[in-house]
Amino acid sequence: MSTATDTIESLVKQEYKYGFVTDVESESTPPGLSEETIRFISAKKNEPTWLTDWRIKAFRYWQTMKEPTWQFVKYPKIDFQAISYFSQPKPKGDAPKSLDEVDPKLLETYEKLGIPLRERGRLAGVAVDAIFDSVSVGTTYREELAKKGIIFCSFSEAVHNHPDLVKKYLGSVVPYTDNYYAALNSAVFTDGSFCYIPKGVRCPMELSTYFRINAAKSGQFERTLIVADDGASVSYLEGCTAPMRDENQLHAAVVELVALDNAEIKYSTVQNWYPGDENGVGGIYNFVTKRGICKGKNSRITWTQVETGSAITWKYPSCILLGDGSKGEFYSVAVVNNMQQADTGTKMIHIGKNTKSTIVSKGISAGRGQNSYRGLVEIRKSAANARNFSQCDSMLIGAKCGAHTFPYIEVKNTSSSVEHEASTSKIGEDQIFYCNQRGLETQDAVNMIVNGFCKEVFKELPMEFAVEAQKLLGVSLEGSVG
Amino acid sequence: MSKQPILEINNLHAGVENKKILKGFSLTINAGEVHALMGLNGSGKSTLAAILAGREGYDVTEGSVKYFGKDLLELDPEERAREGVFLAFQYPVEIPGVNSTYFLKAALNEIRKHKGQSELDAIEFLALVKDKIKVLELNEDLLKRSVNEGFSGGEKKRAEIFQMAVLEPKLAILDETDSGLDIDALKIVSSGVNKLKRPDSAQLVITHYQRLLNYIIPDFVHVMADGRIVKSGGKELALELEANGYDGILKQL
Ligand SMILES: Nc1ncnc2c1ncn2[C@@H]1O[C@H](COP(=O)(O)OP(=O)(O)OP(=O)(O)O)[C@@H](O)[C@H]1O
Ligand SMILES: [Mg+2]
Repeated sequence: MSTATDTIESLVKQEYKYGFVTDVESESTPPGLSEETIRFISAKKNEPTWLTDWRIKAFRYWQTMKEPTWQFVKYPKIDFQAISYFSQPKPKGDAPKSLDEVDPKLLETYEKLGIPLRERGRLAGVAVDAIFDSVSVGTTYREELAKKGIIFCSFSEAVHNHPDLVKKYLGSVVPYTDNYYAALNSAVFTDGSFCYIPKGVRCPMELSTYFRINAAKSGQFERTLIVADDGASVSYLEGCTAPMRDENQLHAAVVELVALDNAEIKYSTVQNWYPGDENGVGGIYNFVTKRGICKGKNSRITWTQVETGSAITWKYPSCILLGDGSKGEFYSVAVVNNMQQADTGTKMIHIGKNTKSTIVSKGISAGRGQNSYRGLVEIRKSAANARNFSQCDSMLIGAKCGAHTFPYIEVKNTSSSVEHEASTSKIGEDQIFYCNQRGLETQDAVNMIVNGFCKEVFKELPMEFAVEAQKLLGVSLEGSVG
Repeated sequence: MSKQPILEINNLHAGVENKKILKGFSLTINAGEVHALMGLNGSGKSTLAAILAGREGYDVTEGSVKYFGKDLLELDPEERAREGVFLAFQYPVEIPGVNSTYFLKAALNEIRKHKGQSELDAIEFLALVKDKIKVLELNEDLLKRSVNEGFSGGEKKRAEIFQMAVLEPKLAILDETDSGLDIDALKIVSSGVNKLKRPDSAQLVITHYQRLLNYIIPDFVHVMADGRIVKSGGKELALELEANGYDGILKQL
């Protein structure tokens, strides 16, 4: 009989259900990045000059920047000239006028992923914008939403149909000067989702974007912009998958949220990009900038993320709490197995009075995975009576993985309070044996224990997705205990 | 009709790396019987329980364990559990965030599946729970909390017996379920155990104290020292032990 520790460490291959490739003819730009590439993308999308100019400025700025190295992840240097920055399924004839005219192969792809787009069989109560490589394939329920004045469409369409809104808010939360990957994204972004909820409207259904990378040697660079006007509220969900490929692929997205007076935005992510194989070959580099601003008084932004995929996850969904009485929340579950690495967390910037933030982070490490929580709580001088509560828990499965926490706290107002709690636990042989003794298999026991550990985060997800997330966690940790 | 043996332990030698703990342990338990196992700290009682339940990390170097005539040591711990082996732990572990009711339902359904019975849904399970709660006078709120999390020592022990009541094992091993219980709880737990006694199942009760045996009447009492049974008898042996201590008994040998 082997010892329990050996058992816990023995890893077998995990399954990735979404690793198939869709066989569509696509047109891609040749690899390479220059002003010419950017002008090509901009022209392809028929963009107004102001946007082309903005991209070029971002690109020139990016060229002056250095790739950051402070994060606790390791990867070979990325060759930005080896990536194709634009790839789309080859259009057949005229652009499809409705979803029913979209290439059946694409519709099939989303069906296989559990996201039917056609009128029949659509997910009830969830409007979906489906992004395939660099372009939006289609958006469901848009007419129904339009009746309430809600705009939900691809970013490219928004540029043409709602230029004033886009111009006003694009880059207002994440300027292109913000960081290396935000600058790159600003230069080369191809599509994404745009959403505007007018004054006083509560969005009657979940809005969601489903990202799919299909083409080889390409990257995905999309932008999402969500604006909730005074008193509006919306719950938004993002999902993502990619085929299994031996090369690493870059996903560098930017998400900007703007909440005006009394508005609420709930942004949930279930991230399941291809994580690479058990030896760390292939997988997505998920380098993403997500930030929301609580611009108006008593507004609220909630980030909930379940990060199970990607070879490397590197992101910090953050809140700028500008409006008095505004609230920012961050609930995160990050799982690394095999050779995966994650450096994730949040920034809560308190500027307004009586602002509140809550951070709950659950990191799970298995295999040889490395999981870091990195968070900043900044209370500016103006933020009288600001409150923060942070809780960062790590769970280790096996002895070859790692968990790290890097909390940064800067307090410049004495009437504020900041609380930080942290814990690290090892999934115990005792716990597993206890479950075994009651008739549960080891893998089920691990899933149960891990799900229990993540409960506080899962309860923040919309119902249907909480169930999905729990299952996903099970798949990600498959084989983490043998 | 001769009695059906449930558990037959024959000359069991076992230990951990470089340390022998069980040294020729033998015991047969038949259907319908309650056996009490007593012995000094460190004599190997919990080790025996762990080996019977299938905990990893112990090496069996000699001897055999049969359960309903089959080799018990070959089975995985979860298979043993599904076949009706239940261990009430001396130190039940906490599983934060996992609801007690959910946990127990999952456990019961594993056992039912194994027996070829249909799984119980939430409503059927709750009805069953309501029944069993009455028998054991368990505080219902405990079932709404995470498994053993923040339970007092006594509550943990009661929760173990409650699980036993729901899972209806064929062989229940109670490892010092009495320690940490106040006298009222002791009465409730023992009366629960007595009510769970059935002609087709058996119990092995590990304890240090005679007082438990005032409430759970054993058919046999065994005294263990240094990895094996040194004396067996009826319930009067427990009284003798209480009066003369282990020293008294060990000296007679
Ligand atoms: N995994 C282990 N590694 C080393 N020694 C062990 C291990 N498990 C048990 N032992 C030792 O074996 C002996 C028997 O332990 P065990 O827990 O079975 O005793 P016990 O009879 O249950 O005692 P108590 O009455 O105190 O509960 C002790 O000396 C203990 O330290
Ligand atoms: Mg013991």
